[in-house]
Amino acid sequence: MSILLGLLLGTLRTATPLLFAGLGGMFSERAGVVNIALEGILLVGAFSAAAAAIATGSLAAALLAAMLGGLLLAALHALVTLRFGVDQIVSGVALNMLAMGATEFLMWLLYGSGANSPRIALAAPGGERGLGQLLVELPPLTWLALAAVPACGWLLFATRFGLRLRAAGEHPEAVASLGLSVLRLRLAAVLLSGALPGLGGAFLSLGAGYFVKNMSAGRGYIALAALIFGRWRPGGLLAACLLFGFAESLQGQLQLPWLPLRFVQMLPYLLTMVALAGAIGRSRPPAALGRPFRRD
Amino acid sequence: MTRVALARALAALGGSLWPPLAALAFALAVSAGIVAAIGESPAAVLPLLFRQGLGSLDGFARVLFDATPLVLTGLSVAWAFRGGLFNIGAEGQLYVGAFCAAGLALALPGLPRWLALPAAVLAAALGGALWGAIPGWLRARFGVHEVINTIMLNFIAVGLTGYLVQRYLKEPGQMIPHTPRIAASYHLHPFAESAAGRALGLSPANPLGPSLLIALAAALAVWALLRWSVAGYRLRAVGQGPEAARQAGIPVGRVTWQAMAMSGALAGLVGVHDVLLYRHRFLDNFSSGLGFLGIAVALMGRNHPLGILLAALLFGFFSTGALEIDIFTEVPRELVVVLQALIILAVVSIGELAARARRRRRRAS
Repeated sequence: MSILLGLLLGTLRTATPLLFAGLGGMFSERAGVVNIALEGILLVGAFSAAAAAIATGSLAAALLAAMLGGLLLAALHALVTLRFGVDQIVSGVALNMLAMGATEFLMWLLYGSGANSPRIALAAPGGERGLGQLLVELPPLTWLALAAVPACGWLLFATRFGLRLRAAGEHPEAVASLGLSVLRLRLAAVLLSGALPGLGGAFLSLGAGYFVKNMSAGRGYIALAALIFGRWRPGGLLAACLLFGFAESLQGQLQLPWLPLRFVQMLPYLLTMVALAGAIGRSRPPAALGRPFRRD
Repeated sequence: MTRVALARALAALGGSLWPPLAALAFALAVSAGIVAAIGESPAAVLPLLFRQGLGSLDGFARVLFDATPLVLTGLSVAWAFRGGLFNIGAEGQLYVGAFCAAGLALALPGLPRWLALPAAVLAAALGGALWGAIPGWLRARFGVHEVINTIMLNFIAVGLTGYLVQRYLKEPGQMIPHTPRIAASYHLHPFAESAAGRALGLSPANPLGPSLLIALAAALAVWALLRWSVAGYRLRAVGQGPEAARQAGIPVGRVTWQAMAMSGALAGLVGVHDVLLYRHRFLDNFSSGLGFLGIAVALMGRNHPLGILLAALLFGFFSTGALEIDIFTEVPRELVVVLQALIILAVVSIGELAARARRRRRRAS
C-alpha cells in the first residue's frame, strides 16, 4: 500500500513540471510557434523562484518571479521570431544556451558558486504516509498543475480566443483575412508558454530546496515530447506526463535491477519517435507550425 | 566586364560578411554592458578573450585545438542546412562516433598501426552517420520533421553510450565513468611531441594535433563536394526547393537521408579529436554542447566552409578566453556562454532584417 501510494505521489510530482511546461508549449505550438526554449524557460523559472525566495522568504514573490523570468525569455523568443522572422528552432537553441549561461553567471555573482544556491528557507514537502494525507502531502503547485489542464483545455477549445489562436496555427492566412492580427495572437500564445513553464521551474527549485546548475535537465524537451505524444491535446498531454512520471518514479521506488534508470529516462524520447513515425496512429502537428507569418 | 564581375563578387562577399561582424559587435557591446553593470571594467575584461590566443604561438595553438571540434560540428550542421534540413543532433552523433572509435580500439587492441588509425577514423564517421541517418530516413519515409527526432536522439545517444560504459566498459576500480585507455597503436600524437612542434615553441602540454588536419580536410572536402559534385548539386537543389527538385527527377528521399548521414559522419569525426588525440578513452557525458555550438558556428559562418573555419576560430578564442576571464577577473566565465547565445540571436536577426529590407527595396523600385 505504501509503495503504491509512494508511486502515485512520485508520479504526480515528477509530472508537475512536465505539465506546466507542456501546457505552455501547447499554446505556443497550437498557435504555430515552435518553442524548444521550454527547457531554458524551466531553468530560468527555477532560478528566479530560488533567488526571489532566498531574498524575500515569500512564496508568492517566488512564484511571481518564476513567471516573470519565464515571461522574459518567452518575450525574447517572440521578439526574435515574430517581429524579426527568425527561424523558431534557431531562436530556441540560442535561448536555451542563454538561459544556461545567464543562470550560472548569476549564481556566481549572487552566491559565489556555480553549482548550487544556498538553501531556500520555504517549507519543502514532507514525507508521505497514509491515503488521507495525499491532500496535504502533495505540493500546492501539483494541484495547480492538475487544475490547469482542464482550464487550459477550456481556454483553447471553448473560447473565442482559443479558436482564433488555433486558427493562427492551422491557417494563419484565414485569420488575417478576417482582419485579426496573427502576430498578436501568436504573441499571446508565446507569452503563455513563458509564464506557465516558469511555474514548473519554481516547482523544481522550491521542491528541491535550492537551485542547482542546469536543474531542468532536459525536462523541457521531455515536456515537448509529452506534448507530441499527447497529440497536442490537454488530455493526451496529461496522460503522457503521467506515463513519463510513472516510469521514472517506478524506477525510483522499486529499484528494479533489470530496468536501468538510464533506459527509463530514455523512454519518453523513444516513445515520441515511435509516435511521430505513425506507429500508434498519426500524430499530426498544427498545419502552420514553425512557419513564420509575414504580412507583406 | 571583369570589373563588373569583381565588383559583384566584392559586394557578395561584403553582403555575407557584415551580418556576422555586426552580430559580433552587438554581442560584444552587450557583454561590455554586463561587465560594466557588475562593476568591472569592460576595457580590462573583454581583451582577455583574445589575449592568450594572440599572445603566443602556443596560445594560438590552444585556440586551434578548441576550434577543431567546432569546425566539424559546424560543417555537420551546415551540410544539413544546405539540404534544407536542420540537424540539431550533432551532439548525439558525435557521442556515437566517439563511442564507436573507442569501442573499436578496445575490441581490437592488437590491430597494426597502419590499419588501426584509418579503421578508428572510419568507425567514428560511420557511427555518426548511422545516428544521423535515422532521423533522415524517418523524414524521407514518414515525413517526420528531423528537428524533434534529432533532439530525441541526442538524449538517447548520451543515455545509451553512458549505460554501455557504466555497465560493460568501465575501467575497473575507477569512480569516473570512462573506459580504459585505448592501445597506443590508436593514438594520435600532439604536434608538441614532434621535433617541429618543439622547434616552434609549443609547450609540452599543448594538445593540438592531427585532428586539426582532419577538420581542415573535411572543410575542403565539403567545399569541393558542394561546388563540383553531383551529390552536392542535388543537395543544394533539394535545399532550395524539394518540389522542384522532385520534378527534375532528383530522388528527394534518398538525398534527404544521405544528407543527414553525411552530416552525422562529420559530427562523428569529433570522436577522432576527443578519443584518439585528446583523452585516449571514451568519457561518459564528455561533450559540453559541442554539437549545439556547431549550430552557432554554421550560422555565423553562413553555411560556407570558409566562413565556418573563421567562425570556429572565433569560438575557439572565446573558449580559451573564458579561462583567462575566470582566472584574472571577478567576472564569471559563463559570460562567454551568454556572449555566444547573443551572437546566434543577433546574426540570424540581422540576416532576417536585412533580407526584409532588400525585399522592400526591390518592391519600391
